[in-house]
Amino acid sequence: MPLERKDILDIESLSQQEIQLILDTAESMKEISERPIKKVPTLRGKTVILFFYEPSTRTRMSFDLAAKRLSADSLSISANVSSLVKGETLLDTARTLEAMHPDVVVLRHAYSGAPRFLAGHLRASVINAGDGTHAHPSQALLDMLTVRQEKGTLEGLKIAIVGDIAHSRVARSNIEGFTKMGSQVVVAGPPTMMPRGIESLGAKVAGTIEDAVEGADVVMMLRIQKERQKRFAMATEREYACQYGLNRKRVSLAKPDAVILHPGPINRGVEITPDVADGPRSLILDQVTNGVAVRMALLFLVLGGSRNANSD
Amino acid sequence: MPILIKGARVIDPGNLDRVSDVLISKGVIEAVQPAGTLESAGDAVEVIDGEGLWLTPGLIDMHVHFREPGQEHKETILTGSRAAVAGGFTAVATMPNTDPVNDDPAITTLMLNKAAEAGLVRLYPVAAISKGIKGEQLCEFGELKAAGAIGVSDDGRPVMNGQLMRRALEYAAAFNLLVVSHCEDLHLAEGGAMNEGANATRMGLGGIPNASESVMVMRDIALAQLTGARVHIAHVSTRESVAAIRKAKEEGVPVTAETAPHYFTLTDAAVEGYNTNAKMNPPLRSEQDRQAIRQGLADGTLDVIATDHAPHSVLEKEVEFDLAANGIIGLETSLPLSLRLVEEGVLTIEVLIQCMSTGPARILGLESGVRVGLPADLTLIDPAEVYSVNAADFRSKSRNTPFEGMQLSRAVMTIVGGKVVYDRKKDE
Repeated sequence: MPLERKDILDIESLSQQEIQLILDTAESMKEISERPIKKVPTLRGKTVILFFYEPSTRTRMSFDLAAKRLSADSLSISANVSSLVKGETLLDTARTLEAMHPDVVVLRHAYSGAPRFLAGHLRASVINAGDGTHAHPSQALLDMLTVRQEKGTLEGLKIAIVGDIAHSRVARSNIEGFTKMGSQVVVAGPPTMMPRGIESLGAKVAGTIEDAVEGADVVMMLRIQKERQKRFAMATEREYACQYGLNRKRVSLAKPDAVILHPGPINRGVEITPDVADGPRSLILDQVTNGVAVRMALLFLVLGGSRNANSD
Repeated sequence: MPILIKGARVIDPGNLDRVSDVLISKGVIEAVQPAGTLESAGDAVEVIDGEGLWLTPGLIDMHVHFREPGQEHKETILTGSRAAVAGGFTAVATMPNTDPVNDDPAITTLMLNKAAEAGLVRLYPVAAISKGIKGEQLCEFGELKAAGAIGVSDDGRPVMNGQLMRRALEYAAAFNLLVVSHCEDLHLAEGGAMNEGANATRMGLGGIPNASESVMVMRDIALAQLTGARVHIAHVSTRESVAAIRKAKEEGVPVTAETAPHYFTLTDAAVEGYNTNAKMNPPLRSEQDRQAIRQGLADGTLDVIATDHAPHSVLEKEVEFDLAANGIIGLETSLPLSLRLVEEGVLTIEVLIQCMSTGPARILGLESGVRVGLPADLTLIDPAEVYSVNAADFRSKSRNTPFEGMQLSRAVMTIVGGKVVYDRKKDE
């Protein structure tokens, strides 16, 4: 079964079946990264441009490795070093890219909706690698893959997401994704970081972190940014850590076999204590490993690959 | 040549609603008689068949941006004037946020001269409250008034400093200048690109809460109370603002208010797909707010429908939503969208014409009506004809409208000072 869409812009537009297909495909991609020769010729001759308007190390590396392991030619451009971007509109950038005949453009952008804008002007596939506070579909997919591997299913799980929900594209995409797959998502954080109408995405809002974590199968902590102090969304990191940080005591409220996720990079000692981050229930590094597999699956599927095709 | 309009339904709020013949001569209304009683005196009179049409006092849009001087790629006084008369407007009030700002009599004079050259719509410049609309220094209201300014406003930006607003109200009263207030608390609105709520959250766009508008509406009402000077609230978009203005009016505070067609037509759902032609300031709000705006017009809390006609080119709109300029054009869709309020039973046609002509005239201190001796500023509307909005046909230089493809009715002729400045038949 192939994926019948040109672009991956958000989780909202994906069906449950499409998410299933991506996760199943990613599962079969994992093994490639474990071989001594970590490369298959599947996407030979395809060009993947990684266009990062925002600084990012892990997501870009992950997409880059994914492209290379499938033998695509990948090219990485950062906005801050690129003369392509200086004073140029996104529309002109799109036209310039189009003229180079890429097959996939992976876009990270500071403004919500930018990948959709680009997709409307490109024949190439666009994969959103995170736009503003809107969506981060590959992150949500790798989170779902990680949880599914651990729990065997996503159905009927309680997922707690804690932190700055208002500024988190990871939270939005995960709420939409896990809800679509049959989990119940509960969010918690300071009221200053809780966006209006988040319930309409399918999440329940808990009053305290304890309420959110209690009985949870998965606890996902979000990175807190010190800049939030500027617009009064938080007092100090110290107070945040006390009120909303994940520590052993709070973890003990979750199910005994609960797992801990974090999209990274971690602020150790702020949103999560080091012993929890490094503890036996932490799947933070599995997330990174699965990230490459999910991105291999996305590249493969948007370029017309189908799940049952011989990927060798 | 004199003009005789025969058999149109004359709708002049508070004065007349009757199928009539209207004779115009030397720029003024010479006679208004029951239909069939005025005969043309041979070839020396141009006869217009008004059967089935509505004839109203010339429509007035008291809130437009014509972009000249400074941003002529978006609109000029000439193209804006063409758009105005095509929309049925005989007079407009232009906001001062041009480049340079209209904070100097020379700019006011330039605008009036350009409008006279165009010779289409009556243009009334609204000058700035503060130099450069920076909120730091009061403009020379006396000089601006003498040059032809009809009011003052820092529109485009709020007057954040309460002391400046107080003094502006007091000082403007000395010259009988209308103060038009753009109500927005910039701190509350900071980082916002659309209405705060579920749609903004889902799309990952920064939210602008209703309170960013209503707290400033409440401040300005308090300052009008304090000073006794009148204040006009521009582009009301929230239910809380409507409620505050309603209460203030009940208490006799000298406050008037306007809203725009997009606030009673659309909600923030129109932003879906990051549609930059649904981005404006204040933003499109919720359905509850939309209903409150309609109610506010119906019960007279909101006195005026004004467009906030804000032309932008594709350069400002074909970009990321966060970077897109605020505003949409409105002159050529304002009457059509407002007529829907009559069709839907929200307003009577009489109240609609109050909101679009006699109301703004009263607030601006202008004359409006279909009465003998008044300047012949008139609008002819065909309520039966339905057309499809097509931005490519607009006279405005810009195309930034969210109303493309809507099926609406419209004006067919506009007369200013006894001269036909727009005739749809000759136009097509």
